[in-house]
Amino acid sequence: MSILIDETTTFIVQGITGREAVNLTRECLDYGAGAQIVGGVTPGRKGREVHGVPVFDTVAQAVEHHGGPIDGSVVTVPPAFTKDAVLEAIANGIKLVVIVTERIPRRDVAQMVEFAKQHDARIIGPNCLGIIVPDVIKMGGIGGPAKDAAKAYTPGPVGVISRSGGMTTEMSSTLTAAGLGQSTAVSIGGDAIIGSSYAELMPLFEADEQTEAIVIYTEPGGRMEAQLAEWVKTHDSRLPIVAFMAGRFMDEMPGMSFGHAGTIVEGKADTAAEKIQRLAEAGIVVAEEISQIPDIVKSKIAERSAV
Amino acid sequence: MRFFEYESRQIVKAAGIPVSAHGFARTPEEARRIAEEIAAPVVIKSQVLTGGRMKAGGVRFADTPDEAAKEAEFVLGLEINGHMPRGVLVDSKVSVKQEFYAGVVWDGIRKQPVMLFSDMGGIDIEEVAETHPDRVGREHFSNLMEVSDYQAKQVIASIGVTGPALTRATPILARLARLFVRHDMTLAEINPLAMLEDGSFVAVDAHMDMENEARPRQKALLQGLGVGDEETRQAREATPFELAGEEVDAQDHRGVAGNVTEFDGNLGLVIGAGGGSLTLFDAVRAHGGRPANYCEIGGNPSVAKACGLAKLVLQKPGVEKIAVMMSIVSNTRVDIVARGVIKACLELGYDPAEKIAIFRIPGAWEDEGFKILEKYGVEYCDRSVSMHEAARRAVEKIQGESARSADVQERPEVDRPHQDAGQDAPSEVTR
Repeated sequence: MSILIDETTTFIVQGITGREAVNLTRECLDYGAGAQIVGGVTPGRKGREVHGVPVFDTVAQAVEHHGGPIDGSVVTVPPAFTKDAVLEAIANGIKLVVIVTERIPRRDVAQMVEFAKQHDARIIGPNCLGIIVPDVIKMGGIGGPAKDAAKAYTPGPVGVISRSGGMTTEMSSTLTAAGLGQSTAVSIGGDAIIGSSYAELMPLFEADEQTEAIVIYTEPGGRMEAQLAEWVKTHDSRLPIVAFMAGRFMDEMPGMSFGHAGTIVEGKADTAAEKIQRLAEAGIVVAEEISQIPDIVKSKIAERSAV
Repeated sequence: MRFFEYESRQIVKAAGIPVSAHGFARTPEEARRIAEEIAAPVVIKSQVLTGGRMKAGGVRFADTPDEAAKEAEFVLGLEINGHMPRGVLVDSKVSVKQEFYAGVVWDGIRKQPVMLFSDMGGIDIEEVAETHPDRVGREHFSNLMEVSDYQAKQVIASIGVTGPALTRATPILARLARLFVRHDMTLAEINPLAMLEDGSFVAVDAHMDMENEARPRQKALLQGLGVGDEETRQAREATPFELAGEEVDAQDHRGVAGNVTEFDGNLGLVIGAGGGSLTLFDAVRAHGGRPANYCEIGGNPSVAKACGLAKLVLQKPGVEKIAVMMSIVSNTRVDIVARGVIKACLELGYDPAEKIAIFRIPGAWEDEGFKILEKYGVEYCDRSVSMHEAARRAVEKIQGESARSADVQERPEVDRPHQDAGQDAPSEVTR
């Protein structure tokens, strides 16, 4: 199985007529069984089509046209309009919103997340590439064009969670090359405040029978890794976790931002060194190099199944 | 972006929070005038975007306007942690009965802002929270409703503050919370918040950090403070090399080829994307390499941009070779980056095969890209070679080279020839 999305998932693309969104739509339609993109929204462009997907002015029109609730939305509108688009999606019954847009002020992100919580909806991102269930469906630009995504991702037992969109593919490709497929890979976004953190996705992977291990990509900045370590300690998880920590050099450069908006060392607790220690204390193996990850995952899975 | 104290005071004051009488001076003469206006003993405070100014001697006391001018002259010439002050704040010396702390920060895990208040002001709040947790009140507040005064009152009362101190501090903390939200701050802090002998409260020092992403919509605030777009307010001021990197990135809107940070090594890096650059920079260092720079490519930049970035790095003094590496790309095109970096070498009169230690960018359009690299004899690899392994090969090449040239003789630092060959690169490169 998978988490968050599967072959039955329906979704829309908000901002569908933008250049990147047009590409993304093509990629999702082409990948796996072909995503069910039931509509697109760009205000003022009603009546158009993007790769056969009908464009509407409002989310409500898309829902009406579909004739029932729509599961998700990929939001790719400029930062100043993103909050409005997300609120519109959620207010119209959409339960899973993938926000691709970057450079959204965190006040807006926090408002969207709180609104989503009130409506029992979930946000992935912002500043992310989305979700992929290998050979089945992808929701977002993750992995790129269908043929490229097919090269990197294969079905299997590993759940992947990553703060970097590109590194989601790099790590999955490394796993694939070693014969380890992925159950679901989620690019959660590189901002300081995001809709779904590692710890918030863990219960979903925990409940997914296909998933036997988790691989995460982490960076300095923020407390998400500490939250995961805490989650692991307080829950008797069946899933071994292997982590990779990038940006170790940043510990020597506090206050400087590298890579992603949320990647900045502000205090002692959010350095790479501190995070590595916390993760290790929680029994999470931190690999020195990505190429080591497959062997560690294999031995961890073997350990668990031997018990 | 961080604000200077004199700016933070203006922000706080505009939000209706009382501040001690003060003025901002760029010269000793201005400091004298402000001290005359205040007509009482003053404190001269260095205006730098770094901590530890007290320890460094950047805070001085003066009883007369003449003394104020003299102390200002000293502070204006005092470098603190590598920063020269922008000016001095001339602040009236208030007689403080008790020092408090008021602050608002984000909690990235709860995804809500949190108000903080302590009756142990004047020292680092993290230290207080560790040593006296019962003396720090805190409460999260909703993103969907404006903060109401009672929420601030609860925070302050939770540490046992009552009487007039409670009623006077309440609107200050509530206003601080509202300005935090309104102005997209990531940190809004008054420390110390002083209760004077007469029971009134004034902000004696304030520290504000605003989110960079919010700059477009906080234009009015920034204009009011006279902060221009060119002021990035990074932790370290941008070097000319880094500014040149920004220019490269700004030449067109396609993709990113910038975010350059200067280091002092000999291996130039043309790397990407966000997470890939972090990984590769670590990898180069893990293998004993000395990067000349950090940078990020992503989002499918044009040939011109990739070329501009590579040229910039190649021309940096001390750079012997460049390594062109990324995590697997799905949006950025391998062939475009390949063209850009080869063009950069050729235009500077270098042999790409010699100058490019390794090219490791797998992904979209890789076959086309690899073909071009092959033609110019550049060593490249696909996804079967890990990022760490590619970094190792690059380091090995450059160290072999350095070791060899060190053997021959200790060569003096010479300016490398900046050959503007002016020759056009072959068409498949420029296309």
